[in-house]
Amino acid sequence: MLETRNLTKFFGDLAALKEVSFGITRGQSAFLYGPNGAGKTTLLRMLASLARPSSGQVLFDGRDIERDGTKAKAAIGFVSHTTFLYGELTVRENLKFFGSLFGLSGLEKKIDAALEMFDMRERSAVFARDLSRGLQQRTSLARAFLHDPDFVLLDEPFTGLDTQSVKKLEELLRRLPQQGKALLFSTHDFEQGAALAERLIALKAGRVRYNGRLAAAPFESLGIVRAAGPKADG
Amino acid sequence: MASLKIIWNIFAKDLRVEWRNRETLASMCVFGLLIIFLFNFAFEGAREETLRLLPAVLWVAIAFAGVLGFNRSFASERENACLEGMTLAPVDPSLIFLGKMLANLLFLGVAEVVMVFAASLWYNFSFLPALGQLVLIAFFGTLGYAALGTIFGAIAANTRMREVMLTVLQFPIAFWILMLSIDSTADALRGNPSGDWWSGIARVAGISLVFTIASFLLFEYVLEE
Repeated sequence: MLETRNLTKFFGDLAALKEVSFGITRGQSAFLYGPNGAGKTTLLRMLASLARPSSGQVLFDGRDIERDGTKAKAAIGFVSHTTFLYGELTVRENLKFFGSLFGLSGLEKKIDAALEMFDMRERSAVFARDLSRGLQQRTSLARAFLHDPDFVLLDEPFTGLDTQSVKKLEELLRRLPQQGKALLFSTHDFEQGAALAERLIALKAGRVRYNGRLAAAPFESLGIVRAAGPKADG
Repeated sequence: MASLKIIWNIFAKDLRVEWRNRETLASMCVFGLLIIFLFNFAFEGAREETLRLLPAVLWVAIAFAGVLGFNRSFASERENACLEGMTLAPVDPSLIFLGKMLANLLFLGVAEVVMVFAASLWYNFSFLPALGQLVLIAFFGTLGYAALGTIFGAIAANTRMREVMLTVLQFPIAFWILMLSIDSTADALRGNPSGDWWSGIARVAGISLVFTIASFLLFEYVLEE
């Protein structure tokens, strides 16, 4: 289980997150929804142990990741706004480098599988700097899935992707909970999030406004106007 | 063994990136050579004058070339937040430090060989009589300087005025390594007037190892926000 307890983050005087507490277990899917500056990215970065909390804790299977983050890092795959790719390395070299840091065995086969998963096999020899934003995003997704993580954290994963890639990623994400993996992602597109996740975590001004089943969400009080009726039965 | 493999992978990645863009080493060598070449005009040809000033000129050139290299070393990490990407992996931050530092050490070492060779030609001066000592002084001096450059390069990478910040942060501390290295180099070139050829090397090695170990231990905190 990946959980936060009273997580607070200040940037100077600005509180990006205030007393955020929630948890996600393997087999669950949830999406973070909220306006710009709600704290979605900060929260995901802290779960991925890229940022330290000002106060509160992030726990992985009951252990504080600040004290013992090795197991959490091995179990988390994270995609951020930035791609974490070296422009001077090819797609395959990037995956090989980051895969080697995870100490993966049978790395070449895993790279092939990750490239296949995101339709990047034909571009595996292309330098990352020469890829379009969408192709970089696909490579970044391949990097995040390379070590077969139990917890998939994605910060606006559909950025830059073409329609076909969006569909393929949606299919992949939909399968994750069935495979016993946890999925937590942020999106500005509410309907897209609702179609993929069973749980909604609504953030506003750094606070959790709602955390629960999508079907039971008080849309009106959250200020969410849905295009159609709820798709997910939660 | 696994740790060594990770250090090697980070080191090899830096070499590969450098091989592809050829920016770091080239700019270090050109800048270092320029400093040595310009000082050449300020010298008189006398051997005593050269003996007095050449160690300082060399280490100043090494210091400034190093700053260029350390900045470049973290420029590729800064782009697309690759340093953060590395910290997503279950890897001890000190291994990242060692991989980066070894790459910086190699680049600066190669630049030093080029600079010393050029100085030998332009100043009409032979380093061969004291070569063994000079190699040891250069190795330990460069080790400590590269360690400081790596940790301060990582700190400066996240600041707005990073090029300036690296110099401002690093030089007050690197001053001790540079001062001892200049002193020991001058002694070695003079044939060790005090008679103890090892004390200069020991001083440089001592302070460099202290700074290297401190940087190794502190790097973890630098990677955190």
